[in-house]
Amino acid sequence: MSTLQSLDIAARSATTLPSPSVRHEAEVAKLIDVTSCIGCKACQVACMQWNDLRDVIGDNEGLYDNPRDLSPASWTVMRFSEVHTQPDRLEWLIRKDGCMHCEDPGCLKACPAPGAIVKYSNGIVDFISENCIGCGSCVTGCPFDIPRISKKDSKAYKCSLCSDRVAVGLEPACVKACPTGAIRFGTKEDMKEFAAERIVDLKERGYQQAGLYDPQGVGGTHVMYVLQHADQPQLYHGLPADPKISPLVALWKGVVKPLSVLAMIGAVAGAFFHYMKVGPIESDEDKAS
Amino acid sequence: MQNTRYLQRYSDADRINHWALVIFFFCAALSGLSMFHPALFFFSALFGGGTWSRILHPFAGVLAFLFFCGMYVRVARDNAWNPDDSVWVSRFRSLAAGHYDDVPPVGRFNAGQKIVFWWMAICLALLLITGFIFWRPYFAGYFSIGWVRLATVVHSLTAVGLILGIIVHIYAAIWVKGTTRAMTRGTVPESWARHHHPRWADQMTQQKR
Repeated sequence: MSTLQSLDIAARSATTLPSPSVRHEAEVAKLIDVTSCIGCKACQVACMQWNDLRDVIGDNEGLYDNPRDLSPASWTVMRFSEVHTQPDRLEWLIRKDGCMHCEDPGCLKACPAPGAIVKYSNGIVDFISENCIGCGSCVTGCPFDIPRISKKDSKAYKCSLCSDRVAVGLEPACVKACPTGAIRFGTKEDMKEFAAERIVDLKERGYQQAGLYDPQGVGGTHVMYVLQHADQPQLYHGLPADPKISPLVALWKGVVKPLSVLAMIGAVAGAFFHYMKVGPIESDEDKAS
Repeated sequence: MQNTRYLQRYSDADRINHWALVIFFFCAALSGLSMFHPALFFFSALFGGGTWSRILHPFAGVLAFLFFCGMYVRVARDNAWNPDDSVWVSRFRSLAAGHYDDVPPVGRFNAGQKIVFWWMAICLALLLITGFIFWRPYFAGYFSIGWVRLATVVHSLTAVGLILGIIVHIYAAIWVKGTTRAMTRGTVPESWARHHHPRWADQMTQQKR
């Protein structure tokens, strides 16, 4: 996706000055109600159609998951998990996987290319492919294992939350296509309210641990799930219980980056002033001449 | 004017190897720095943009490592640590203040040169290993994300350590007059050698006689 002039930019990769930010935009969110998903993959088809993506046809591996994994041309994939939540109870949990659009995006933090990743002020995290240098740092930074590097052009791809549609007041393509209303889109506030009602509903129907997945370790996300087993998110194809930007990535991009530049400048300045104070070491002949 | 006698400090091959190493070190360092801090991204312009920097950086790094291996074979033996070096280090403070005569007589390399040499060797080995772990698109796929994250931060820290070592190396060459000539021309005046590397000067002149 290219930058959208109509959306303000809250954060821009490898950029030290503020980006355009005078507009007032409400934070948006996509709410995925896992409990009312029927696994039809209409969202996958809609994503392919709107974004003009056609992945290579894979092999049947005896699973419903198709394609098998996220890829540069598959930005969302239904993950099917068969789990025993109780000894005599098999549950089929279906989670639409894709970018979570973190409030504190690890990909953006790790990215060294100015403007290759932006977070719009409405919360959408978008890859600006023309600025991508293909280093894969976004993969290193992401706590959800989402970005995929293309073998064709060495650029990183992922769900854009249909930023181009949202910029002109439309909902993302997957939301539009969902036949059961399991995917909703609106302001983050509205989505939280809607989720709360749904959770009350689920609790009444016996899902005592139903809850909202909006992990605070990454500052909350702009894609949220309603889970019937919110106490065990890892049941849903390994959804991390408490995702955070890795401490190694935080160290690399937090303390190491500025201190290193200071140390290098300090070393050169120290050498310069040492020379000016003490002067060179000369052999006796040099001194004589 | 009296005839100055010159001693051969570095052979033609030594010097070519050294300067090839310098070229590839600077390519790797500048392209690496461009991906390290946004304030240094402008270095990528030297290589044809961010993507070219990313593509060329690891190749420059591997070449720098290989040329360092060449230097290693040439000078590692003369960089072996001996007891006098520890004395040299303990009196470095006085040397840095300009009192040259306080340090013990040195051989082909002084303790400062030896420390920088071994520092470079360790840093380059670490950079090579960690660099392969997140070299895209060729090798990163063979390592788990945990290894890639660890390698990235170790690579950055090591690179900064190496660059600091190189700053010391370059400054030492500016500080100690007459030393640059050894690496550009290959020879140094015997008097310079007697002053800075007396034991080495003895060795060289004894062989000749």
